[in-house]
Amino acid sequence: MGAFLIKRLLFSLVTLFAVLTLVFAVVRIVPGDPAQVILGDQADATAIAALRGRLGLDRPMLDQYFGFLAGAVKGDWGVSLVTGRPVIREIVDVLPWTLELTFVSMILGTAIGVPLGVWAAVNRNRMPDYVTRIASLIGLSFPPFVSAILLLIGFSLMLRWFPVISGNRSTPWMWFQSITLPALNLGLIMAAYITRVTRSAMLEVMQEDYVRTARAKGVPWPVIVWRHALRNALIPVVTVVGLYLGILIGNSVLTEIVFNRPGLGKLIIGALNQRDYMMLQGMMVIYTLIVVVVNVLTDLAYAFVDPRVKLS
Amino acid sequence: MSTSIHDAPQLAPPRLRWLKTTIAAFNANKTSWLGLVIFFIVLLMAVFAPWLAPHDPVEQDVLSKLQAPFDNYYLGTDYYGRDIYSRLLYGARISLVIGVASTVIALVLGSVIGILAGWYGGRFDIIVMQTMDMLLAFPSLILGLILVAMLGPSMTNIIIAIALTSIPSFARIARAPTIAVKEREFIDAGRALGFSDVRLMGGHILPNIFPEILVMGSLWLANAIRTEASLAFIGLGVKPPTPTWGGMIREGFENILDSYWLVLAPSIAILIVVFGLNILGDGLRDAIDPKLKGER
Repeated sequence: MGAFLIKRLLFSLVTLFAVLTLVFAVVRIVPGDPAQVILGDQADATAIAALRGRLGLDRPMLDQYFGFLAGAVKGDWGVSLVTGRPVIREIVDVLPWTLELTFVSMILGTAIGVPLGVWAAVNRNRMPDYVTRIASLIGLSFPPFVSAILLLIGFSLMLRWFPVISGNRSTPWMWFQSITLPALNLGLIMAAYITRVTRSAMLEVMQEDYVRTARAKGVPWPVIVWRHALRNALIPVVTVVGLYLGILIGNSVLTEIVFNRPGLGKLIIGALNQRDYMMLQGMMVIYTLIVVVVNVLTDLAYAFVDPRVKLS
Repeated sequence: MSTSIHDAPQLAPPRLRWLKTTIAAFNANKTSWLGLVIFFIVLLMAVFAPWLAPHDPVEQDVLSKLQAPFDNYYLGTDYYGRDIYSRLLYGARISLVIGVASTVIALVLGSVIGILAGWYGGRFDIIVMQTMDMLLAFPSLILGLILVAMLGPSMTNIIIAIALTSIPSFARIARAPTIAVKEREFIDAGRALGFSDVRLMGGHILPNIFPEILVMGSLWLANAIRTEASLAFIGLGVKPPTPTWGGMIREGFENILDSYWLVLAPSIAILIVVFGLNILGDGLRDAIDPKLKGER
């Protein structure tokens, strides 16, 4: 297992390095001069030159590249062009909000999706199967901001169960109120996905010989389903949960906007609207870091649910 | 009676046979017909928008702003007094054009990359697919919105951004069957006949993996339409006053407290199209997936 993990960690480092290079390139292949774009068409040449100097755009490309890489490693991601604060501070300030939302949504999505998928698989081609399949297809069809808006209309505007703006969390009850709808929104969409994966994984596992053997031995049906079959069906599910995090983070951007919740999503949209290139660069680095860390965690979880991985 | 060339007319001509397999694939899972019908209705509404729309989609009439649905206007009017139903019809055009164009670009480029990687294998395969995996790992919506923000929100740029984010998926889909098919005897036979790599890949691998790619295409079209709407909702859509569904939701969201139908109509429109494409692709995938064959 050690060798497996070392290999995966090395791959993650390569990924990180490659994406950092990509980020560097993307920010610089923008048509036009970033300094010009930031200051607008009216800006005079000296102001543009000054900003170019501040951004380090007048240095040789290779120099900029190594400076960027070194900075990324040291946590020096430049200074926001709008607020003047270090980019990393701005990000660290809102990061807990996004991480908390993603984490709760992930638990919700898995806790709803896995049992539903098992239920559908066990009742294959019967009513529960049809209902969960249609429901999960509907769930998959929702753009996350549409479902968020519908939840907002239903629960905040009509039923008035939750506040429209969910930023206050001074008491546990307020915290619960502020996170419920956003997490429900992300969790339900994720559950739709997880349900389908679990269902097909369970269908495959249920055809295995050892399931038949267990039945022949007289093992109670629930034990076969929930212990023997599910344990093996979870292997692909774990991979998918890990892969899904990329989608979840993307969806959280839209969810944060609809529920007006602080987080990386609102930060990146603000940076986009104000053309804060330094901030955008930092945001891409942090998103990459999150994805890489999650991939490593997924590998660990993989080794945990599938003992065979340890051998390779 | 031995098989001879005279038996050939009993088989349908190649073109009809293709049609028959397609219909059989649709029949394998009847809901895919429903998906196709939904998609066609939306397509027709988009194409004939100028004839179907009762009003000009960008014409403002401030005196009749924010009217509720079913009164003078089918679906009411927005903050500028524009007819929501007409805007929906024209918005469908933007969604479909961006969706189809970006999906076709991603499908073609992704398939080429996937087939080349699968065909040549070795180090080339490893490097290409690791790159694709890396792109796949990055949240596609965020990649898309950064690209559009950098390039500027025009129709072409949105198409490019969405296409770029979906290329890796098509490459993955095309690669796996290529590896399986290239070991088959008919490829060896082609090689023995001296066919070039390009001819083998284009003429013999591609037709074999095409159904799978096409089915994924319908699912990714759904995804592309959803992404376009999301970008427009963030403010990175085709510029106003051109109606887009995501943009209509964005504008309506500002008046959500008193006129929630502004966001409801385009939301439902997106849902219907994406759901239609999803059941279409999902049903077809079940039909062509050899693992699932004979299950129904």
